[in-house]
Amino acid sequence: MTLLITVFAAVITTAVWYKKSDEKMLLGPLCWMFWGASLMWLADAVFEYAELGAQYFSPAPSDMLNDAFLGLSVVALALVIWIVILLIKDPKGVVRARLRKK
Amino acid sequence: MACFLVPGTEAIVVTAAAFLLKKYEQNKAQIKVREGGDAEKASAKRGFSGKLFWLADLLWGGVVLLAFEHLWHGEVVPFFPFLTAASEGPEAVSEMLGEMASVGVTMAVIVTAVWAAMVAISYAIEKRPERVEAEASV
Repeated sequence: MTLLITVFAAVITTAVWYKKSDEKMLLGPLCWMFWGASLMWLADAVFEYAELGAQYFSPAPSDMLNDAFLGLSVVALALVIWIVILLIKDPKGVVRARLRKK
Repeated sequence: MACFLVPGTEAIVVTAAAFLLKKYEQNKAQIKVREGGDAEKASAKRGFSGKLFWLADLLWGGVVLLAFEHLWHGEVVPFFPFLTAASEGPEAVSEMLGEMASVGVTMAVIVTAVWAAMVAISYAIEKRPERVEAEASV
C-alpha cells in the first residue's frame, strides 16, 4: 500500500512537472523523492513477494490500514520538504519581496 | 531493518563525485573560453555531472523517505545507538547486516540501473529535436 501510494504520488508529480514545465516551482526535487522511494520500496516488495508468495497480495486489513496511513504520511513529509525547499530557494522572489515590504 | 543505509552510502559517494566532476567541467569550460572558444556554447553545454546529480537526487529522496518509514516501524530511533537492532544483541545485528546485504544492495542496484536507463534515454532525446525540426522543414 505504501509503495502504491508513493508510485501514484510520483506519477502525478511528474505529470504536473511535465505539463507546467515551470522550473520556478521546483517540482524536480519532489519527483526525485517520490521516484527514489518508489524504486527502493519496489526492491523491498520483491523480497517480500519472494518470501510470502501470493499471500503478499492479500494483506490483513489492519496491515493495509497501517501501510496506507504510512503512505499518506510519507507523501505529507515529502510535500513539507518540498515546500521548505521552495520557500528557502524562493525562485520567484515572493518571500524576499514580502520581507522587504515589511 | 537498516537497508536504506546502503543507498545512503551510495548517495554520499555519488554526491561527492558529482560536485568534483562539476568543478572539473567548469574549469574545462573556462579554459576553452580563454583559448578563444564560444563562451555561450561552453556555458550552455550541460556536462555529465548534471546527470550524476539526478542519481544523487534519486538516492537522497528515497533514503529520506525510507528513513522515515524505518522510524515509523521502530527500526530506527532518534537516540543512541540509533539502530534498534544494535541494542538487541548479536543475532539481531547479523540479521540486520544480512538484510542490508540483500535488500539494501538490491535497492542501490535498482535505482542505479533505472538512472542508467534514464541517462541513455536522455541522450537519445537530446538528439531527437534536431531530427524532428529537420523533418518539419522538409
